Amino acid sequence: MDYNLMREFADSWGLLAMALFFVGCIAFALRPGGRSQADEAARIPLKDD
Amino acid sequence: MKFGTETVALSLFAFAALVAAGFGVDEPFRQHMWVLFIVLVGFTAILLRNTSFAPAAPIDPSAYMDGPIRYGAIATMFWGVVGMLVGVVIALQLAYPDLNIQPWFNFGRLRPLHTSGVVFAFGGNALLCTSMYVVQRTCRARLFGGNLAWFVFWGYQLFIVMAATGYLLGITESREYAEPEWYVDIWLTIVWVAYLLLFLGTILKRKEPHIYVANWFYLSFIVTIAMLHVVNNLSMPASFLGSKSYSAFSGVQDALTQWWYGHNAVGFFLTAGFLGMMYYFVPKQANRPVYSYRLSIIHFWALIFLYIWAGPHHLHYTALPDWAQTLGMVFSIMLWMPSWGGMINGLMTLSGAWDKIRTDPIIRMMVIAIAFYGMSTFEGPMMSIKSVNSLSHYTDWTIGHVHSGALGWVGMISFGAIYYMVPKLWNRERLYSLRLVTWHFWLATLGIVVYAAVMWVSGIMQGLMWREYDEQGFLVYSFAETVAAMHPYYIMRAVGGAMYLSGALIMAWNITMTILGHQRQEQPLPGSVPALQPAQ
Repeated sequence: MDYNLMREFADSWGLLAMALFFVGCIAFALRPGGRSQADEAARIPLKDD
Repeated sequence: MKFGTETVALSLFAFAALVAAGFGVDEPFRQHMWVLFIVLVGFTAILLRNTSFAPAAPIDPSAYMDGPIRYGAIATMFWGVVGMLVGVVIALQLAYPDLNIQPWFNFGRLRPLHTSGVVFAFGGNALLCTSMYVVQRTCRARLFGGNLAWFVFWGYQLFIVMAATGYLLGITESREYAEPEWYVDIWLTIVWVAYLLLFLGTILKRKEPHIYVANWFYLSFIVTIAMLHVVNNLSMPASFLGSKSYSAFSGVQDALTQWWYGHNAVGFFLTAGFLGMMYYFVPKQANRPVYSYRLSIIHFWALIFLYIWAGPHHLHYTALPDWAQTLGMVFSIMLWMPSWGGMINGLMTLSGAWDKIRTDPIIRMMVIAIAFYGMSTFEGPMMSIKSVNSLSHYTDWTIGHVHSGALGWVGMISFGAIYYMVPKLWNRERLYSLRLVTWHFWLATLGIVVYAAVMWVSGIMQGLMWREYDEQGFLVYSFAETVAAMHPYYIMRAVGGAMYLSGALIMAWNITMTILGHQRQEQPLPGSVPALQPAQ
């Protein structure tokens, strides 16, 4: 496993996997019906002293 | 409380330090081991004197563990004042070189003392104590691991003392923000892994099903700093009883490793960790939920995915390959989006309650922190653009930028969090004085404005003087001429820093009096009793 092999992996499959994970995270945050859960989570600090 | 195991372990380590002080191969190492020996023996004596054989009160497993957080709040304040004082001293040393006291207190040794003092001692303790405060209250669980939190707190203080005394003795790896030598690095690694266990363990035993976003930011800070610290400090000691080690990397690889570490120390220590603070303490102080929870999640992932690539912008126009420089610049510019998303999210948390900025000096402090977060994360990407960087790099502009981020964002959000926590931690009705908070706010804000504005003028002047050619292609100014031209700005910078330090001293007084249980008799702040509004 030399530098060139790792480099090729990083800027092909590695890049694709990270980009997909990132897009997936955003899509999950913005999914329909996510708003009520998010609003509930936002209240966590205020429920307790 | 009985401290049997702790006392035995400490005395063994103290003995090991004594042996190392005797057999060390270089003089600074022997001196450093004497320091370690004295600290450990002192700590052993304190433990012995506090040992009592009366049965200990049973621990309520449902109550929060606030002891280490109280110590952490005091340590934050103490190291903050020390670190800022050293900052003012080195600012004066630059203006008046006669103030360099050889060899322990010259600029070269005091400068890492200042940077580590404010970043790791002040900022680090602020992160340590607020993370323990936030994780318990948003997970509704007591800290994991019994006395592990105490080990993390005292272990971290030992790291600070060893790093600081090492710098003064002239022991350094010369790596930016990572100057401690190999044996201090190993100790920090042990403490940091314990911190990670403490934090993760508390999250795992949480009673709240959802992990609140502040904990995500704190956790990313802990994990990333562990990775950065270990890789950046891979080195081979010249002797296992000596203070010198050599990096595993060389040349441009070493430079890139250092700035991969250096910029991500900014990104994950000084940004992600303090964003965790923002996402808990701003909603608490404003008593309203964060503006958009979904934006905070996007903020988190965007920050994580972009920040880690921005380091090469510190190495523009060097031996680093061109593509890597451009990569660093592009990712830095993309960082504008999450940074401003986060800033808007923090500021808009106050929407509908903007009057609190006028009436609540602690909210005002948090808002100015978020505003400086926005300003310095605007300035940073701009300075990472190669053509701008060719003017700004190596000049005082960089110093000004760092301080608008560090004093404005990191300092102010930490002050706000400490002001919020201290009355709660010691069960006080309120702070000793809100008027003193207002004094602190204005001294600190004006201090930053003076500091940043002076450094802009001085830095751009310096950059323009360096690149000034005459019609025959000769450089117009010698280096010493640029130094002489900056002298008045160096004095003004020291004034700005002294204003910020005096604000911190006022805070230390206010916090001390609050902890002692005093309340200052004072007129309430104007507007703090809201006038009645007609129904609409």
